[in-house]
Amino acid sequence: MPRVKIARKSTVTDMTAMCDVAFLLLTFFIMTAKFKQEDPVPVAIPAYSKTVVLPEDNIATITIGKDKVFFGVEGVNIRKMTLEEVGKLYNTTFTPTETQVFSTLPTFGVPISELKAYLGMDPEQMKKYTQPGIPIDSVSNQLYNWIHKAREADKALNNKALRITIKCDSKEEYPTVGRVIAILQKQKVNKFSLITTTKAAN
Amino acid sequence: MAELDTSGGGKHKGGKVRSKKSSTRVDMTAMVDLAFLLITFFILSTTLNKPKAMDMAMPDKDEQNTQLPVAASRTMTVLLGSKDKLEWYMGEPGKSAPTVDNYGKEGLRKALIENSDKVKSTHGGQPMIVLIKPSDKSNYANLVAALDELNIANIDIHAIVDITPVEIADLKKNGIY
Repeated sequence: MPRVKIARKSTVTDMTAMCDVAFLLLTFFIMTAKFKQEDPVPVAIPAYSKTVVLPEDNIATITIGKDKVFFGVEGVNIRKMTLEEVGKLYNTTFTPTETQVFSTLPTFGVPISELKAYLGMDPEQMKKYTQPGIPIDSVSNQLYNWIHKAREADKALNNKALRITIKCDSKEEYPTVGRVIAILQKQKVNKFSLITTTKAAN
Repeated sequence: MAELDTSGGGKHKGGKVRSKKSSTRVDMTAMVDLAFLLITFFILSTTLNKPKAMDMAMPDKDEQNTQLPVAASRTMTVLLGSKDKLEWYMGEPGKSAPTVDNYGKEGLRKALIENSDKVKSTHGGQPMIVLIKPSDKSNYANLVAALDELNIANIDIHAIVDITPVEIADLKKNGIY
C-alpha cells in the first residue's frame, strides 16, 4: 500500500493585513493618548474608598504642595479668556505670544506681577524656574480672581458650571487647604472634588 | 526564521545559469510584535490614567436662617491633631472627656460605628451628625482619612468646621498639637 503523503504546507502566514490593523490601532492610540502632566511640585495623593472618575474637560485643578498653590484650567479658549480678564483686573495686558504660551500651560503658580516675565521664558528656562505659587493671603488674593474669572469664562464660552478640583499633597498641613476651601466658599463654590486614588475599603 | 523552504530545489540541467529569483516576502513577525506591544502600552496607559476624585459638599456659609436646631447629644465632634492622632467627643465641648484615638479600623471607625448605633437607639432612629474640626497641625491625608472612615461607616451627615481655641487647648493638653 502506498503511503499517503501529507503535503507539506508552508507555515508562512501573510501578516500584511494584521500588520496594517496593528499600526492603524497604534496610530489611533498615539493620537488620542493624553500623557500625564508633570506637577510643578511633587504631590502624593491620598487614598479614598469611594471615588468617581473625573471628566476630561470643563475642569479646573488647584494643586497644593509645599505650601504653594498652583492653578490650571482645561481648554485653550478658557485659558486665554481667563488670562485676559485677570490681566484687566491688575492692569496688565498680555501680548498675543504671551497669551499663546499661557494657553499651553496645564498649570502655573506665578503671581500676576511675575507672570509676564515667566511667559517670556523659553521652555528650558521655564522648567528650571521654581514657581513661587499663587498668592492666597488676604492682602493679595489672586487665586480668588483666577478661579472667579475662569468660572466666568467657562460660563460665557461653554455655558457650563466649571468643576473645581483640589489636588493636594498628603503631607500638606491643613491651614493651606483650609484657606483654599475658604476661598472657594467665598464665591459660593460649595461643591468641589478632591483628587484621590482608589483604595479598597478594609 | 518563520519561513520554511518548500521549493523543490531541483537542479537545472544544462543551459544557462539563472540567477535565483529572491522572494519579495518580508518577515513581518517582529514588526507585528512590536506594533502590538505598543498598542498594549497605549491602551493601558490611556485608561489607567483617568483621574479619580471624591466629591465634597460644604455647608453654605451665608444662609444662616435655614439651619435647623439639632440636639447636641446627636453630634460627635472629631478633632484632628498632629502625629496622625485625633480625639473625639460626643455632645457639647467640655461636658464629656474627649477620647484620643487613631485613624483606622480599630480607632475612629469603631468609635463612629458604636456612637452611631448609640445615637440611633437613643434618638428614635435619627442619624448621628459628625463635625470634623481639623487643627492647624493636622495634614491633608488626615482629613481624607477621616472622611473615608465616615464613608465606610455610612454616616451621611457630616461637616468640616473651624476649630475653636478651647478645642486647641484640649489637643495641646493631650499632646497632639
